[in-house]
Amino acid sequence: MRVVLAEDLFLLRDGLVRLLEAFGFEIAAAVESGPELERALAELKPDVAVVDVRLPPTHTDEGLQCALRARRERPGLPVLVLSQHVEQLYARELLADGSGGVGYLLKDRVFDAEQFVDAVRRVAAGGTAMDPQVIQQLLARRGDDRPLARLTPREREVMELMAQGRSNTAIAQKMVVTERAVAKHTANIFIKLGLEVSDDDNRRVLAVLAYLDRDR
Amino acid sequence: MPTVRRSARLTGMNTNTKGDGGGSRARGMLRAAGRGFVLAVASLPLAVLCLTLTAVSIALIPIGVGIVTTPYVLTGVRMFADRRRVLAAEWGGVPIPSAYRPIPEGANPWTRTFVMLRDPATWRDLRWLPVDMTAGFLTALLPAILVLYPLEGFTLAFGLWRVYGDDPYWYGFVPVSDQVSALGAAALGAVLLIVAHRYAVSAFQVHFRLTRAVLTPSEAELAERVRVLTQTRRDAVDTSASELRRIERDLHDGAQARLVAMGMDLGTVEMLVDKDPEQAKQLLAQARRSSADALAELRDLVRGIHPPVLAERGLGDAVRALALRLPTPTEVTVELPGRTDAPVESAAYFAVSEVLTNAVKHSGADRIWVDLHHADGGLRISVTDNGGGGAAIGAGSGLAGVERRLGTFDGVLAVSSPAGGPTMVTMEIPCVLS
Repeated sequence: MRVVLAEDLFLLRDGLVRLLEAFGFEIAAAVESGPELERALAELKPDVAVVDVRLPPTHTDEGLQCALRARRERPGLPVLVLSQHVEQLYARELLADGSGGVGYLLKDRVFDAEQFVDAVRRVAAGGTAMDPQVIQQLLARRGDDRPLARLTPREREVMELMAQGRSNTAIAQKMVVTERAVAKHTANIFIKLGLEVSDDDNRRVLAVLAYLDRDR
Repeated sequence: MPTVRRSARLTGMNTNTKGDGGGSRARGMLRAAGRGFVLAVASLPLAVLCLTLTAVSIALIPIGVGIVTTPYVLTGVRMFADRRRVLAAEWGGVPIPSAYRPIPEGANPWTRTFVMLRDPATWRDLRWLPVDMTAGFLTALLPAILVLYPLEGFTLAFGLWRVYGDDPYWYGFVPVSDQVSALGAAALGAVLLIVAHRYAVSAFQVHFRLTRAVLTPSEAELAERVRVLTQTRRDAVDTSASELRRIERDLHDGAQARLVAMGMDLGTVEMLVDKDPEQAKQLLAQARRSSADALAELRDLVRGIHPPVLAERGLGDAVRALALRLPTPTEVTVELPGRTDAPVESAAYFAVSEVLTNAVKHSGADRIWVDLHHADGGLRISVTDNGGGGAAIGAGSGLAGVERRLGTFDGVLAVSSPAGGPTMVTMEIPCVLS
């Protein structure tokens, strides 16, 4: 799997390259600025891009803008965005086109190599990887949402993991239950939240995220 | 922010009011007469022109043309008034401070027009123009009259009286009809000349004193400005000092302490890795948790110093992101065609943040509206909630802190919060967008 990596800090870039190579990824390019990323994405056609939000030359949200532009040109181009902070505002922009293949994680998540690599693979496969903090922000904001309040603690846990973009298999592993149990929980969640049930993993994730993010 | 600028050449007084001898006093008289004459003749048409153009230009503002022309016209008026201030100092030894509010560089005509029209100094200039073209004109001309009129008396005595024939020509209060009365006129002229010799210079002074009386910013205005600046400067210094103390404490107790713990854990791991790999693994996991906690703390700290979204996207999106974090549904409307200076952005952001926190905590509102836009040379922010009202800018309330924060930038805060609600907090900070 070919990866284009954009990160301006040498230590982090170097660490990410080694980490990804150790897990069998091929680094097509590891760049350090917005314009370079733009070129790499256009010329190298990677399977997935791992991009830092803040990049030179402007040191603002260059990386995010680049990723959004690239996705407009190549809808569904898998992009995993990394940042020192996560903002619901940015998550919303990334999810806006509804086509999946999007990740948005805190840089800290790199500490857990396996989970991070899993997220990269998931995004590359057209799935979603949302940082738990984004989900926490969304939930905190919904406060006294009635349908949400009707979920059992177990269902709520499943819903949070689902919103992060995990498949039923991954959720079952994480919660140490059978996949069937998870499937039952997800069905209940969809009924309680009034969402249309779908077999497609990714579509379910996006539906839950959309539910959490919609205005009251 | 008005800058107080004194006329540059205050010390260049070359009038000689305490003449040491008759010769120098005569020179003073002639100089006063000459200068007064030039001043009166030159400034009358200019004053009329300035006043007319200003009136026309301001009248044209509603149809748009005035917005473009007014800044130029008012700049002309300022140059004219400033020139007269310099002359008052140079010729009359009367210093007149000039205190115009600075016009933001690169501002658009609309902003320039409004900054200028809101400046009390502009209206002071405009009040002065009619005074200058009447009383100012006469007082400037007075020394010249005092010098020239006696000359007429003398020429009458030298034979000019013959021209007038039978009808008596009134020179002052003397009817001139023959040589004797013409000599009387000459005598009056001589008296007038003595008066001129003594008082022409001081009479000329009257003109400059009059100019000063109309054109000087009131003492109270300046004193108030100085008081406000002193206060806001002290507040700004206090605020930044206490912010730095807080940051130092947070780093010391938080990230620094965690890094120390991490270093210790890693040191122990180094020792244990061969002997007790199992425990080493546990310590490594602990070190990793410490690093994650340190990062989380640094992240919160950074958010408190300068929120990343503010740096990345500017005020509008930073407030939007802030609103998304609130438990109360908040609608944000932003109309900012550009970005403003980083310090202003930061002050505005933290002011909005504080007001929103207040609203969420105390108002009991279930809906908040934030509106940000730029108009009349200033950033205008309003935060409205449908809560219970009763908010006030008092000691201990967060709003007093907001007021201080804004004060550094000459910003103002207004609160309307009747019991029963709704509460509306408005903030205004003068600034330009780029």
